[in-house]
Amino acid sequence: MSSGQRRLDIEEIGGVTVAKFVDKKILDETNIQNIGNQLFALVDEDGRKKIVLDFSIVEYLSSAALGKLITMDKKVKAAKSKLRLCCIRPEIYEVFEITRLNKIFDIKSTQEEALEGI
Amino acid sequence: MPVHEQFEVVIPSDTEAGQAVQERIVSRLESLEYSVRDVFGVRLALEEALVNAIKHGNGLDPDKTVRVNCLIEDDLLRVEIEDQGPGFNMGEVPDPTAEENLERPCGRGIMLIKSFMTNVEYNAKGNRVVLEKKRSPA
Repeated sequence: MSSGQRRLDIEEIGGVTVAKFVDKKILDETNIQNIGNQLFALVDEDGRKKIVLDFSIVEYLSSAALGKLITMDKKVKAAKSKLRLCCIRPEIYEVFEITRLNKIFDIKSTQEEALEGI
Repeated sequence: MPVHEQFEVVIPSDTEAGQAVQERIVSRLESLEYSVRDVFGVRLALEEALVNAIKHGNGLDPDKTVRVNCLIEDDLLRVEIEDQGPGFNMGEVPDPTAEENLERPCGRGIMLIKSFMTNVEYNAKGNRVVLEKKRSPA
């Protein structure tokens, strides 16, 4: 398992891995590194096939965090797994829109919607 | 226009020191009841600009510092951030929203700064940036 304090709460719901961020602010460098490692491990080490990332706690995230999400997306695609994002507050969704990353990611409003038909 | 706070600090090339400055500015804006979106944008822009100065400008060199000058008024925030690095050419920064760059994991910081601030100006060398945010109408 990756080093560093756990930065994601992992839950299995009907064959889908729901990973919930535990930090309000995904800004700090070390923190982002840990989050990246824990995200990547879901695919690289655990081989999970259906993953939902729940952002309900997250109030801030920087471009460095977006970078980790993009790398995660690539890993997921390479492993032929599926990834959805959910519960993103409006200010953060605006960040996805500005950077056009809403075109890359499958983003749903609620966890229920994200779990449906993934 | 009443000035609520004006300060200048010189911080080491360390992102934790950058976060402390960021926190000082953001909590002042919160106490002045700037909107949630204004505060969000300022925090994000400060984070990106300070990380750029500390990591990309100074290359995390412990012998180099970053100067931050801040002015907070009723309706305007102005922050100047200067590093001791070689600077960069804005024209050479690729557009992160171009189709071919969408999946690149880096290069979105400056774009976010420009999107959330009212004015952003770099000096010709590219080692100093001035960020301005006008309070959004209620």
